[in-house]
Order: sequence, then structure tokens, then C-alpha cells
Amino acid sequence: MHRNRAEVNTQPADHSPTIALVGNPNTGKSTIFNGLTGLKQKIANYPGVTVERKTGTARVNGQQYHIVDLPGTYSLNYTKIDERITYQALIGEYEHEKVPDLVLIIVDSSNLERNLFLATQLMDLEIPAMIVLNMDDVAREKGITINKERIERKLGIPVLSVSAHRKEGIKAIKEAIHSHEYKRPGPLKWEPPQPLRRAIAHLVEKWIEPHTNLPDRSYAIEALRLISNNKLPDSFYNFEEAELGQKAIEEACSIIEQEGGNPVAAEVMARYDFINECTQDSVEQEETDEFSLTDRIDAVATHKVFGPISFVLILLVMFQAIFSWATPFMDMIDLVFIESGNWLSSALPPGILTDLLVEGVIAGLGGVVIFLPQIMFLFFFIYVLESSGYMARAAFVMDGFMTRIGLHGRSVVPLISGFACAIPGIMATRNIENWRDRIITIMVLPFMSCSARLPVYALLIAAFIPKTTVFGFINMQGLTFFGLYFFGIVMAIIAALVMNQFFPKEQQSPFMMELPDYKMPKWSVVFHNVIDRGRIFVTEAGRIIIAISIVLWFLASFPKTDFPADTPSQTETATSSFSPQQMPQAYQLKHSYAGQFGSFIEPVIEPLGFDWKIGIGLLTSFAAREVMVGTLNTIYSIEDENSDIVTLKQKLINDRDPETGEAVYSTATAVSLMIFFALAMQCMSTLAIVRRETNSWKWPLIMFGYMTTLAYLCSFLAFQIGSSL
Amino acid sequence: MPLLLSEKTDPGVCQIRNITGSNAPRLLEMGITPGISIEVIRSAPLGFPIEIKLRGYSLSLRKSEAQCIEIEQK
Repeated sequence: MHRNRAEVNTQPADHSPTIALVGNPNTGKSTIFNGLTGLKQKIANYPGVTVERKTGTARVNGQQYHIVDLPGTYSLNYTKIDERITYQALIGEYEHEKVPDLVLIIVDSSNLERNLFLATQLMDLEIPAMIVLNMDDVAREKGITINKERIERKLGIPVLSVSAHRKEGIKAIKEAIHSHEYKRPGPLKWEPPQPLRRAIAHLVEKWIEPHTNLPDRSYAIEALRLISNNKLPDSFYNFEEAELGQKAIEEACSIIEQEGGNPVAAEVMARYDFINECTQDSVEQEETDEFSLTDRIDAVATHKVFGPISFVLILLVMFQAIFSWATPFMDMIDLVFIESGNWLSSALPPGILTDLLVEGVIAGLGGVVIFLPQIMFLFFFIYVLESSGYMARAAFVMDGFMTRIGLHGRSVVPLISGFACAIPGIMATRNIENWRDRIITIMVLPFMSCSARLPVYALLIAAFIPKTTVFGFINMQGLTFFGLYFFGIVMAIIAALVMNQFFPKEQQSPFMMELPDYKMPKWSVVFHNVIDRGRIFVTEAGRIIIAISIVLWFLASFPKTDFPADTPSQTETATSSFSPQQMPQAYQLKHSYAGQFGSFIEPVIEPLGFDWKIGIGLLTSFAAREVMVGTLNTIYSIEDENSDIVTLKQKLINDRDPETGEAVYSTATAVSLMIFFALAMQCMSTLAIVRRETNSWKWPLIMFGYMTTLAYLCSFLAFQIGSSL
Repeated sequence: MPLLLSEKTDPGVCQIRNITGSNAPRLLEMGITPGISIEVIRSAPLGFPIEIKLRGYSLSLRKSEAQCIEIEQK
């Protein structure tokens, strides 16, 4: 273990002390982290897991401190992977984090009892520690007065009372860090009562000391963990001695039971008794009859009827804003990349390198950056909703509906984000704490019809769905649009229900969600997070997207073929409606690897009603779904100048099979193609972000496999039934 | 049969008697310990989750979790 720790280079080289921030969720931990580190912070994943590691440096009076923001937890008795990291980092069992020199225990002053529970556990580890009573202004507003000196005396470690969202609060914390003596505190004045103490001693003697190599300081806390869980951690099940351990735990539990105690509750009850003793004469609660602001907002926000209505209204406003705000930026980005591509291709000598640069690299880069406005606006709203406390209410209101389809209340916002784009939606699933709920949400999210499918739907609907009305007033084209969106939602629900069968139920971790008081979002935290989401997308998913763009460019551009010399003269004389570059481009594409691929897969996609031209489109639209329209445009040699959909639409309608003279596109083909686009995983950027968010290629591959198979089957059915009618 | 929190549908105060089942360690850690009083505030649209107040904060519980909590009506 120790050798291992030295090899992993995640620690700073200098000898600046490491300060860890530990605390319950919703205690303002990230505000303190931001306040201490400012812009000098680094956010990455812990190796091998998708838990964020937030580190940074703070400087006080010339001394540098290394700050680590450990994942928030309610207890050291972990159930989730992020809580496990906090526990293992604190006892010195996590190879990517060293034992901190000082722990700042961040405590919500307005919620002292429950927050002190974790504090007493941490103090059992005898690491130098300090309690930061945060949000003391909120507590005062609630009529809570805390005598911090008394608590300090009772607990035996320094206690600091601050409001971290103020400059003075951060300053006070910095000074306290600087003047701390970094001494191990004496043993906590809390001692497990009998018979719990005897049970701990038994378990330490029979199991923990001889059979594990945990550090001494963690013996008691580990024994308590085992007793309240009444079983060994899963990682021990393959151990030869596992039976010994299980036996020792049972013996320890029976020591407690013999005296009429409940082993599961013994530790918690004892700690809360101690906490009550501490707070009894140090905390005063003024009785207020008035309803607080939170109570008044919640009377509407979590109301049985008005709750869902207000949730839908908030979402409507949010997506309206995202669309109208992001579109100008997206248009601008598009323009910049097209213009710089044009400029480069005219400034550089023509050749393969220029093509690679313009059509591969620049186009790929543009394809990455174009997502940024939507990602950043969506995350702006998500962080505002999250940090104001509303997100927990949305989950509360929606959980009843979502659990019925095997998802979580927190899945709603990511899923609906998927209507704009699956990428920010998938990134937003980080709000779902439970891995099982999160992975199912990710896997069904791309069924939500994203905005990139719109151009494809628009083209095909305009060309092949009659403008007739049904029941006298419903427009058939509009109905088809709606039908495609609805189809996606239904498929997502079915897929979620099916996937639920694959994940064992016991993995469903408790819901038990805190509904924190509403508060004003901390704008610097929102800002940091939004920037960070953008950065992660560009640096991590961006690399994969650019690589695939270059591959796709290569497939569409090679082998190089010369356009037959006599053809252009015909078009020149016949009409000016074909631009001179377009015909060779179409010819080139037809004979490229992508074109060969199109012809090669034609037998496979023929039962769906697709020909080789659509085959090329299916390949190139992997870069982004809307590329399908551009590809068809090129194949059909449509003039760019007047490139509205109508022209391409006519071409599609007029396209005849050269041998039979029948129309290539029937309504059945169009419907089949739309269904294929609604269901198939035709988006490399989504796959790239799934890889990043799940930390393995397994999930993107499963996603690609099952979605494309489903798309094939549904399109097959649609075409076969449609063309036999 | 003791009364379970999942069977208490109307808002109001009650006292915790006992915590059982596999969620017990977590519920206890959140401060739902035998003997304390909690207040049921409201339930979500389809009946669950419910919102309770205890030790000065609000917590929402699903049905499966409320089923682990034995209560005494006050």
C-alpha cells in the first residue's frame, strides 16, 4: 500500500500542508473551497471512477496550502463510491490521496445536530481538525443562537463560526488555518457506552487487528461500521478469512443484543445522545410562528397540483431561453469556422494537406465548439436550480412518476435536456447520485429527439408527408413531427423498463433526499461550474470527436478520382443552376470509401427501403445527424446558392431507379428513414461523452449496439408494412 | 402490528418508535432515531415520496423507506 502511494503522482511535490474539506452535502462546502482557492483550482476525476477530485492551493501570509475538497457525505459508514473515497482518504487507505494534515469539518449552523453526527465520527479518527460552523447568518435568521465556546469545550477542538459567502468569512477561515497548531486532538470526550465498547473491542481483537491492514486510528470507526451494517464490506467476500470476519461481527452484535440493545442503532443512538448533550445548553432555538420563505415557496413548489405545473413552466422558460440565447452563438461559431475554413483553403496551396486541415480538422473542431453554447447555457440553469435548492424539489415532485418507469426524480431534467441535445443532458446526469439510476438515464436519453434531428425530419416530412389534414383540423405534417417526438419518449420509457430488469434491485440505494432551504445561488460557484463543464467537454470528448471527424473526412475524400472531363461542359451549356464545383464533388463522394461503403451496405439496408445514397448519408451523419442533409445535398449536386430544402426535396421526389424507372423514395422509405433517425445512435459526440461520463467504452458500445439494432428492426417493420399497403 | 410511517397519510406530528429493515443504518444516521418527534409535512403528487421535518431540517422519503419506520401517533 505505502509503496503504491508513493508511485502515484497526485500529491504536490512541495511540503505545503494538505487541508481537507469534509462535510454533509448542502453545507456550503464548495463555496468555501472556491473562496479559499480562487482560480487556483483543478477539477479532475479520481482514477478509474467518475467521482470528481477538486483540489487547489491557498496562500496565507506567504505560506502555501494544498486544499482538497473531499466528496460530501452524511456519514463515514459509506454506501456510495464517493463516500467511500472520503472515508478511505481520511483513514489513509486510498492510494490517490494522502491523509490530510488538517480537516475542516464544514457544518451547517442551522442544522447542527445532524451535521455534528459526521463531525463526531471524524473526530474519532484523531486527525487534527477544526469545525467550521458555516451559514451562521442563516441560523440567526431562523432564530438559532449557538454558543460556540461551549461547543468548543464539549468537543475539544477549535470551532469557527462564519458565513463563507462573505469575504470576511473566508478570511477568518484562512487565518484559522494559518494559526492552527496541527496537533492531533485528544480522544473525543465521547466514548462508546457499554456494551458497545465491549463489542468494538471484541471485533478489533478477533478480526480487524489480525486480519486487515487498516491503520490503528480507524479500528474503532471500522468496528462500528461493521456492527451497524451487520456484515463485511463486499470487497471482503472473496477473502479466505471472510467467514472468520462474519463470525466476529455476529459475536460482537450478540454482545449488544444480550443486554437488550439493537446493534444497528447502537452507534448512532450513542452519538446522537452525545450530540444532544453538547447542544443542550449551547444552542437556543427561538420559537417562531411565522412561516419561513422556504415554507411559503414550498407550499406551491411541492404542491400536489401546482408543483408539477410550476416545474413544467420553469422548464419551458429554461428551454426557451437556451434556444433563443444559444442560437446566435451557434450561428456565429458556425460562420467563424466556415469562414476560417474558406480563408485557409484560399490562402494555402490546394492539396491533400489543405483538405485535411479544412475539411477534417477545422470542420471537426467546429463540430465540437458548436455544442458549447447549449452546454454552457443549460448548465447555467442547472446550477442555478441546483444551488438555489429547487432541484431537490423538482426531484421530489417528479419521483413518483419516474420511479414507475424505473428512473429517479432527478432523471427528469437531464432527459428533457435531451430534446435540445443529448450531450449536455448526459453531462447533467451527474446530479443523479445513484449509479444504477444514472446509467439507465444515460442509456435512454438519446431517444429524446434532439435538435440535430430536426433538419432531417423537416426535409423528409416536407417531401413525403402530404399536407392534408386529419379530422379536419390536424395537419398531417405536424402530426408526423409530434409522432416522431412522442415515439422517442415511448421508446425511452420502454428501454428504461427493460433495462431495469438487468440491474439487480438491491443496487437501488436509498432516496432519502434532503430538501435544503432555498437560498440565492453563489454566482462565482455557478460560473466556475459552467466554465468547467465546457472545458471538460472540449478537452475530453473533443479529442474523440476530432479524431472521428478526420476518419470520416478520409473516408469521404479517398481514393481520389478524376471527374470525367466532358461532363462539366454539358452542365455549363445546359443551365447555370449547377455550380461548377458541385458535380465533381458528388462524383468524388460516390467513388470514395464512403461511397463504396454505401454501395457495400446497400443489401443490408435495402429491406429498410434505403439505397446506397442513404447509405453514405448514414455513415457521414455519424459526425452529426444534420450532416445527412448536407450529404444528400452534395450527392444530388444541388446548388449551394439557393440551398433551401425545397430544391433537395424535389430531387428526392424525382429520383428514379435507373433500371426500373420507379421512384426511389416512397412514403414508406421516408417513414422508415425517419424512424431510423429517431432511434439509431447516429452521433459520435454522444458516444464520446458517454465514454467520458462512464469512464469506459463498454457503455457507449452497448448504447450503439442496442439503439442501432432497435432502429434497424423498427425501420424494417415500418418499411415492410408500409410498402405492402 | 405497529403503525408504519408509510401508512400515515395526513400531515402531523408523530414519534419514532423503531427503525427496521435494510435502510435502517442510513435512516438512523440522518437523525431518525427512536424517541424523537418528526412532522409529516406533505406528500408528492402520486402519494410518495413524503416530506418530513426533523431536527430542524426537511427530508424526503420514498415509500420503501417510510416502511422501515415504526411510529406512534401523538
